[in-house]
Amino acid sequence: MSEIKPDLFYSEEHEWAVAISGQVIRIGITDYAQHQLGDIVFVEFPEVGAGVFAGESMGSIESVKTVSELYSPVTGKVVSVNEALIDSPEHVNGEPYGNGWLVEVEVEGSVEAALAPLLTADRYRAITE
Amino acid sequence: MKPEKALIFEMSKPGRVAYSLPDCDVPEIEASSVVPSHLLRSTPAELPEVYEVDVIRHYTELSRRNFGIDNGFYPLGSCTMKYNPKINEDVARFAGFAKIHPYQPAESIQGALELLYTLQNDLAALTGMDQVSLQPAAGAHGEWTGLMLIRAYHESRGEKRTKVIVPDSSHGTNPASATVAGFETVTIASNDKGMVDLEALRAAVGSDTAALMLTNPSTLGLFEEQIVEIAQIVHESGGLLYYDGANSNAIMGIARPGDMGFDVVHLNLHKTMSTPHGGGGPGAGPVGVKSRLIPFLPKPIVGRAEDGAYYWDSDLPQSIGRVKAFYGNFGILVRAYAYIRTYGPEGLRRVSELAVLNANYMMHRLAPYFEAPYPGVCKHEFVLSGKRLKAFGVRTLDVAKRLLDFGYHPPTIYFPLNVEECIMIEPTETESKETLDAFIEAMIQIAREAETDPQLVINAPYTTIVKRLDETTAARKPVLNCTCG
Repeated sequence: MSEIKPDLFYSEEHEWAVAISGQVIRIGITDYAQHQLGDIVFVEFPEVGAGVFAGESMGSIESVKTVSELYSPVTGKVVSVNEALIDSPEHVNGEPYGNGWLVEVEVEGSVEAALAPLLTADRYRAITE
Repeated sequence: MKPEKALIFEMSKPGRVAYSLPDCDVPEIEASSVVPSHLLRSTPAELPEVYEVDVIRHYTELSRRNFGIDNGFYPLGSCTMKYNPKINEDVARFAGFAKIHPYQPAESIQGALELLYTLQNDLAALTGMDQVSLQPAAGAHGEWTGLMLIRAYHESRGEKRTKVIVPDSSHGTNPASATVAGFETVTIASNDKGMVDLEALRAAVGSDTAALMLTNPSTLGLFEEQIVEIAQIVHESGGLLYYDGANSNAIMGIARPGDMGFDVVHLNLHKTMSTPHGGGGPGAGPVGVKSRLIPFLPKPIVGRAEDGAYYWDSDLPQSIGRVKAFYGNFGILVRAYAYIRTYGPEGLRRVSELAVLNANYMMHRLAPYFEAPYPGVCKHEFVLSGKRLKAFGVRTLDVAKRLLDFGYHPPTIYFPLNVEECIMIEPTETESKETLDAFIEAMIQIAREAETDPQLVINAPYTTIVKRLDETTAARKPVLNCTCG
């Protein structure tokens, strides 16, 4: 049974998103996703400062088995990436919602509007079952 | 045999010699008097200093650790691991093929050129295409070459087409080759029969469609029943149809991609034409095209003059250029030619018939123990799902590792991606019924072990020289032994 945090928002591509401060949203992949992928060995981040678009690929995440596209759930500008994962990609497996976070994006407009199209925890649970 | 093995460099001891040269019977001169200084070494080469007996033992032991098609059954789906007839090796060693040089004048290598010319024509006839280039060195290289031809074609017509469509069951090399060729890939989902969804295809094609890349039969071992409509939809949008020939072993002499509407094909000679596969190469991925793409082919191709003489034909002004040093992997092309001459057209048809028969036999016998997501009739390969065994804590990876204990190379696992806990099996035609039955019995036993003693499967393998490797650490913390620059 994979863990789903009630206060986060989710995408159908198994990313989570949460507002952290101002107009910045933090993004990662879910426990379900890290379990499906297996041991993460490498994350290809977008460039800091790059624009990302909701539903479009912004990088990739590589496990022993496969390389998976990383889709951005929101539209905005990348303000930081979790560089600790360069040396310790295993955080994505161990703490997908904590130290395994991936990217922070600054959105235009309100964070509520950016997160509104995404799934709630309950609706995400429904699609993973 | 112990798992640890010294490298030949680690066995080196100063002063040891494997072979003593006889005294030189011509006057010795300094290398620097005849070789330009920029080509001379400044330090000696670090060659290992080892006795001949130790060299022989070292490499003989390494060879005994290896598993190849000469050791046992190798049902790796999509790879067509068929037996490589040794007559190919005899022929490849004829002096007229093995002791020539690609820069010799054409007049002195007419036999070799005749072989290439005939092979060009044979592969064109087999695939229903109008001309073939033998230059690409492997399958993905053939894909890339074919996509570059497609790009050149659209550009010559002043059309900017940026997208290549691939089905979700496609081999990973397809989107990779398309990306390297400068295209954006668009993936379309397969329908519930595992085939191209025509509605998804119609929605995806447009004026920016350069091509659809398709394997037929697909990586699921299923023949695209609607291939004629698929070709029509793509051609109507102005795009071209690319055939990934990885699964050609299913249809030789029975169906031809050119007749289905494909504009460009590549073949994997190291799959379908029995040249060596699984040892790191070299491979060969010839590309065939319909006439409208001939002007763009890599040059030169082998031509035949009116007087019957063979020559290198570089009269292709719109050619995309050379895609390989020299003219392709010549020794591999010789082996493929020998294979085609051994079987002839009726023999090649029989190859495909038997390949398809063997796959259907195996699928039918294994389906009660695993799950066949696409039951019915398959072509030369089929997929099973190991998901029934998850209830016992056993995954497809564990089944594959347990198969090693029975002396088999496991089938392809976790590909294609649209089948859960996927197992893809391709027996090929070069196996006796006893071999197929023994493998089937092993799979059935493992399925039973999963139910009654799952830990036995989960902790496999037991009899191999190395057990499960720590692939994760190897990928996260590679130990690099070379420096660049």
